[in-house]
Amino acid sequence: MTTSPILLLDNVSRVHGHDETAVRALDGVTLEVHAGELVAVMGPSGSGKSTLLNLAGGLDQPTSGRVVVEGSDVGAMSLRDLAALRRRSLGFVFQDFNLIPSLTAAENVALPLELDGLRVGKALRIALDSLEAVGIAELADRYPEHMSGGQQQRVAIARALVGNRRLVLADEPTGALDSQTGEAVLRVLRARCDAGAGGLLVTHEARHAAWADRVVFLRDGVIVDTTGTPPSAESLLDSAAAV
Amino acid sequence: MSIRRGLLALLAQEPMYGAQLRSEFESRTGGTWPLNVGQVYTTLARLERDGLVEGAGGADAEGRIAYRLTGQGRAEVQRWWAAPVDRGDTPRDERVIKLALAVTVPGVDIQRLVQTQRTATLRHLQDLTKLKRVTSDAAEQHTPDGRGPGQRNELAWLLVLDNLVYAAEAEIRWLDHVETRLARESTRAPKTPHRDTATSQTDRSPSQTDRSAKRASR
Repeated sequence: MTTSPILLLDNVSRVHGHDETAVRALDGVTLEVHAGELVAVMGPSGSGKSTLLNLAGGLDQPTSGRVVVEGSDVGAMSLRDLAALRRRSLGFVFQDFNLIPSLTAAENVALPLELDGLRVGKALRIALDSLEAVGIAELADRYPEHMSGGQQQRVAIARALVGNRRLVLADEPTGALDSQTGEAVLRVLRARCDAGAGGLLVTHEARHAAWADRVVFLRDGVIVDTTGTPPSAESLLDSAAAV
Repeated sequence: MSIRRGLLALLAQEPMYGAQLRSEFESRTGGTWPLNVGQVYTTLARLERDGLVEGAGGADAEGRIAYRLTGQGRAEVQRWWAAPVDRGDTPRDERVIKLALAVTVPGVDIQRLVQTQRTATLRHLQDLTKLKRVTSDAAEQHTPDGRGPGQRNELAWLLVLDNLVYAAEAEIRWLDHVETRLARESTRAPKTPHRDTATSQTDRSPSQTDRSAKRASR
């Protein structure tokens, strides 16, 4: 059951600037996200959380170390392959939803599929499935301005995981929501991970990080602690025995 | 928490036996604060002595006596609902005491201490979150429109869980604050001469120790 991770950061460092003025945003970080797993990253501002997420999403390149998404080394990819990876394998969820206002919920979700060359009709059908999976199929024809923040964030999650995309990278996804709505969004993210996606969640809210299987603490670009270890055959046996 | 008042509040609903009081208390608070039967009977005896409860008829076939509130007991319950709970007896929190001592006793790696505690509290928060998921999923499944006593107990348990979640969250926020505050303090400390001794003992970052050493050699 536990095969290779969906996302692997292998001894990744990211240095901004040179020599005297060099800043180590990340320093030798190793992190795995497996299918079915939600991993949260916590840390004070400036600890490297955003850098980590940008590297995982192929928006930035490590100074050293490897970023591997679904078995492909992101650093070794051409720009064209990288763009394809971002369309096909992973999706982002941001604090401010980032939906396109002139498109309906379904069109927003279908967009990455269409950009990837799928016919509109087929893309929309797959988008509907994805909206259904986050519990808002009935909002398919609504425009973002006619949806609540919580609904828009569900659309963003549906878009992040539409079709064969299996990795969702979430940057403070509950930051703009009240606590009840934020929890509902976390519940959806959790459910999508339980259904087989991998999730990497950056948050400063402990209450929201607690929905993750593992919480990783980042400080000055280094992982200083974690609440658990990545799943292994043994740990699966242990948890089965505990139940 | 005063078991006395908890039992009185339960008896305001209907007369109950000791064992019944215990199980009702636990099912409504999710077993977070377990009572033993001995505690319940001792408390009932005192309540009877003080004229707040009385036996409701004689013993049944199994020798159990149900208790009910007296008028005075009923008034006591009303007072409890109406008044805020006294904060006077703040329980000793070992985490807070430990940190206060760590800040003042030389040679403790406070950053490490804070992180260890934060990880442990976050694990606790993860457990609470799992419990919440299980409980609310169960509540949704068998109560589309239900408002029976079972559902009320589940709601009560969820609210207790929320309280524990917020408490754990508050502790983590406090630990974050401690960390930031201490970091600020340690960068500021060398500027205040009378703090030098304390700084060189507790803060072991090389630059800090260097500066303290230079100061001391002057």
